[in-house]
Amino acid sequence: MLDRAGALLSTTGDLSVFAMRAAREAVLPPYEFKETVRQVYELGARSAPLIAVSGFAVGVVLSMHTRASLERFGAEAMIPAGLAMALVRETGPLTAGLLLSGRIGAGIGAELGAMRVTEQIDALEAGAVDSFRYLVVTRVVACIIALPILTTLMNFAGMLGGFLAEAAATGMSLQLYFTRAFSLIAVSDYLPSTLKTMVFGFIIATISSYLGFTTSSGTEGVGRASTQAVVMSSVGIIVANVVLVRLIFFLFPGAAG
Amino acid sequence: MSSPRPGGAVLPAREHVPARAAVRLDGVTKSFGSLRVLDAVSFAVLPGCAFIILGRSGTGKSVTLKHIIGLVQPDEGRVFVEGDEITALRGVELSRVRRKIGFLFQNAALFDSISVGENVAFPLRRHTRLSDAEIRDRAVAKLEAVGLGQEYDKMPADLSGGMRKRAGLARALALDPPILLVDEPSAGLDPVTAGEIDDLLFGLKGNGGTTLVIVTHNIPSAKRLGDELVMLHQGRIVASGSPEELQNSDHELVRAFMSSQHAG
Repeated sequence: MLDRAGALLSTTGDLSVFAMRAAREAVLPPYEFKETVRQVYELGARSAPLIAVSGFAVGVVLSMHTRASLERFGAEAMIPAGLAMALVRETGPLTAGLLLSGRIGAGIGAELGAMRVTEQIDALEAGAVDSFRYLVVTRVVACIIALPILTTLMNFAGMLGGFLAEAAATGMSLQLYFTRAFSLIAVSDYLPSTLKTMVFGFIIATISSYLGFTTSSGTEGVGRASTQAVVMSSVGIIVANVVLVRLIFFLFPGAAG
Repeated sequence: MSSPRPGGAVLPAREHVPARAAVRLDGVTKSFGSLRVLDAVSFAVLPGCAFIILGRSGTGKSVTLKHIIGLVQPDEGRVFVEGDEITALRGVELSRVRRKIGFLFQNAALFDSISVGENVAFPLRRHTRLSDAEIRDRAVAKLEAVGLGQEYDKMPADLSGGMRKRAGLARALALDPPILLVDEPSAGLDPVTAGEIDDLLFGLKGNGGTTLVIVTHNIPSAKRLGDELVMLHQGRIVASGSPEELQNSDHELVRAFMSSQHAG
């Protein structure tokens, strides 16, 4: 039991050092622009279909639930605004974060893990390339850039799904739906909750990269790194979300209203 | 120099440290956990020399190579590459020294997300200011030199083990490094393919200038390629010298090893 606690503490310490190094090297030159752009495409653009489809489905379901609740109070007209508020403030960012911790986290953990056990990371170092900067920092920066964009995509896809559900139920027009949807949303609703996903991106990329980078035990280790990357980054996002929401309420009191 | 020193490793480098050794290990000791893999290992490799490291599996041969290029840091001792103490270097200075060294990994370690040609072009893109066309020409030339001129656009997964190793050699030589480290060039290959890799390495030796440090179990290959051989056993150098000197060593294990015709 003590051994496991010690190992957990040791891993937490190593992960913290790893994350601090990633944060420091992300802002200090030299920059790996080309590889970062490639990672934004690989991790971000290629996740767009997953986010769009999931966001759409979430929007449809949220709309149906919102209708069932608001109908009781005769407040059906508030459905678009209520759904948009729920999506923009919490459902969009958190759902996008969790979906991407699955897709991106597993991908980074498995890819870097496989590169470690097949000596490709050693080959980079032997080739006078800073493997940490080339593999880790580029993924961290790419995730920080991609998460807010994908979250915005999820929000819009969700609203579109909500519109289709509403149009099917009441025949509401697209213009009226979106006018009502945006009627209550302020910048203080959108910006803080969307920008907090940059932290989610940092958490996903650093945890997954750490697990991939420190993989051992061959292919079994690669599988373990991939699974742990999803689990740890999902838990990390959920826990960080609590702190971030509290911080947003403190810094932007309007967002709590 | 072929006999083990009583109670310790043979230390050719300390006794005759060449002023301009291409590679020099000075009392390198390394442990992983409680296992001491290298115990005060010292040797020097002269420029243009083919230096062979022999030994049974798990005796620290690959770890020795990784010390030379700074992938592993010693617990004690120092490693010099062309006069630079690589064990003391970091960042840009470490990269500068590493550019002088090519490394052929045991399983080639090709980057499997890019094509074979781009693997060879990778060091050129990173470390030269050549145009895309020049880089492609140089990469094709390197691939042709190892008999893979037609495989530029193939992915590493589509190559056989021998082809992967040749592609790895082409990548290791992309920057024309003065020093080439080779880890088990014939491991996992059939005798004919292993012979082809040997021919390529022999060709490098014949061209002169390239210092080869090769880890191998393949005794016929070691005899053919090696100017100087050392044998590692339990983390220590137990014999060093020319192939003939090791063949006639009074160390039983060395003699048994050198008499083996095993080519794997």
